[in-house]
Amino acid sequence: MSAIEAVPGRRLGTKPRSRPGVATAYRWELFKLRYQKRTYLGLGAAALVPILFVVAIHFRHHRAGGGDFAFASYLTKSGLVVPLVILLFGAVWMFPLITALVAGDIFASEDHNGTLKTVLTRSLERWQIFAGKGLAAATYAVAAIFISGTVAVIAGSLESGFHSVQTLSGSIVSAPKGLELVYLSLLVYLIPIGTVVCIGLLLSTITRNSAAAVVGTLMISLLFQLIGILPGLGALGPYLLSTQFNAWQGLLRQPIDWSPIVRAAWVCAMYAVPALGTAFLVFLRRDVAGG
Amino acid sequence: MDLTVHAGDVYGYLGPNGAGKTTCLRMMLGLIRPTAGTVRLFGRDPLQTVAALDDVAGFVEAPTFYPYLSGRRNLELLSAFDGGDASDRIDQALETVELTDRARDKIGGYSHGMRQRIGIAAALLRDPKLLLLDEPATGLDPAGMRDMRLLIRRLADDGMTVLLSSHLLAEVEELCNRVAIVRTGKIVYEGAIADLKRSAGATYRLSTTDDERAMAVCRAQPAVTDVRVVHGKISFTADEPAVAELSQALIEAGALIKSLAPQTVTLEDLFFSLTEGDGVVNGSVPAPVEVAQ
Repeated sequence: MSAIEAVPGRRLGTKPRSRPGVATAYRWELFKLRYQKRTYLGLGAAALVPILFVVAIHFRHHRAGGGDFAFASYLTKSGLVVPLVILLFGAVWMFPLITALVAGDIFASEDHNGTLKTVLTRSLERWQIFAGKGLAAATYAVAAIFISGTVAVIAGSLESGFHSVQTLSGSIVSAPKGLELVYLSLLVYLIPIGTVVCIGLLLSTITRNSAAAVVGTLMISLLFQLIGILPGLGALGPYLLSTQFNAWQGLLRQPIDWSPIVRAAWVCAMYAVPALGTAFLVFLRRDVAGG
Repeated sequence: MDLTVHAGDVYGYLGPNGAGKTTCLRMMLGLIRPTAGTVRLFGRDPLQTVAALDDVAGFVEAPTFYPYLSGRRNLELLSAFDGGDASDRIDQALETVELTDRARDKIGGYSHGMRQRIGIAAALLRDPKLLLLDEPATGLDPAGMRDMRLLIRRLADDGMTVLLSSHLLAEVEELCNRVAIVRTGKIVYEGAIADLKRSAGATYRLSTTDDERAMAVCRAQPAVTDVRVVHGKISFTADEPAVAELSQALIEAGALIKSLAPQTVTLEDLFFSLTEGDGVVNGSVPAPVEVAQ
């Protein structure tokens, strides 16, 4: 249909060019995140919420001593309980929102700035740019979870001390072992968070609108929560994304109960793989006509 | 549609709005897929691999950058995406577009003209043999347009091949040696501007003491064509010997010549004739497009 032909005069298209790869795209996506407010908004919230939570414990600890959720009665006995409680409640909307802030924006912001046409006409293939962005969004989510967990451990220990922890089976584990379990829990928590990242990437790619993608990702996450509490839909519970946010609790049983973790892995893959695959194909095949 | 751009050309790519110029450039750069057919750039399909864009750089419509990064940071990012020794050319590219002093400012604060220039700097990082520029002077003030023309001229003088899509016909006429004129997705002329003007023939404007009689004399001359009245004067096309014979005939007919002046055919005249008329330029049909392969 259309061709542009070089008529000899100077040699064209023969110079070998060393090609950048996914690592280059990933590095620069991380660099760009450093200059965006939403990055600091998300990571700041991840750090601030545990601090506010500990402050609340400080002013209420005389009235504490009970509650209707796991670990509630141990909040004032060991600071290591604080990150676990944050994980428990953060699953409702906080961590999905923090994750969506970047995952939902990372492609849509290129549309907003009209910069896709700029980067797609360099020497990186589209799949490399996609991989770099996906990895950067995932890295940010990992950073948010671990910053939140670490701040919670420090703030909780300052308030309640770095003491042994009682597991969900009733056994007591030492503080160092408890710390290890906290960080293992954070790792397991990344399984459903990774799925939220994939959903965010999908909506970011499809909607090409940052606000729509961020809100949409959060709405999907809340929808799973809603389905989980609707009467008569209990059988769906084990297969909902929201349920997988509790998989880490298997680590706090003696012996460790791996079944919720294994289920979280394949249930989350069931949601994440189609979302990521669709986002990938949409990005690979889309026309860049705007901007 | 085949475009043949010779090395060293400054090649104008012209057409009215909706003719498909920008769409064609987007396809060449692999940004959009053709609904039918294929695109080849130097024989390679840019949709298959971005390697097809080696030795090619440019921008479609306004160049775009990350507004929260400085000009230099944007160039560093793009040079990293280019690979090779592109990063070594950042300083030189900034110097070429005269933005060294503003390189550390965020692009969000750049004027339109500065963005256009940093767009060219970004293209120069790739050390391209072919530079694709889509309306580079659009939205610029007269000084900015002049600077852009000088910049393109300088790049061309340095041996770079430039494909310039533009609405500004005077700019194309000044900068380009060859043009393609496109209408509704098809090329209606491709070749040297000088050849196009030659094909249009020489046009003259005539004023006499008796224009009615002069019109009749003109029409009676077999070598004088396209006789009509334009702005109260007789306009016709003819070569120099025919004009000499016409002068003699007018005197013999008693229509004394008050003025007889050759008219310069502008690219604009030819453009409108090709894109709005029937493709006939002042009686001469441009040669069909022959594309070297």
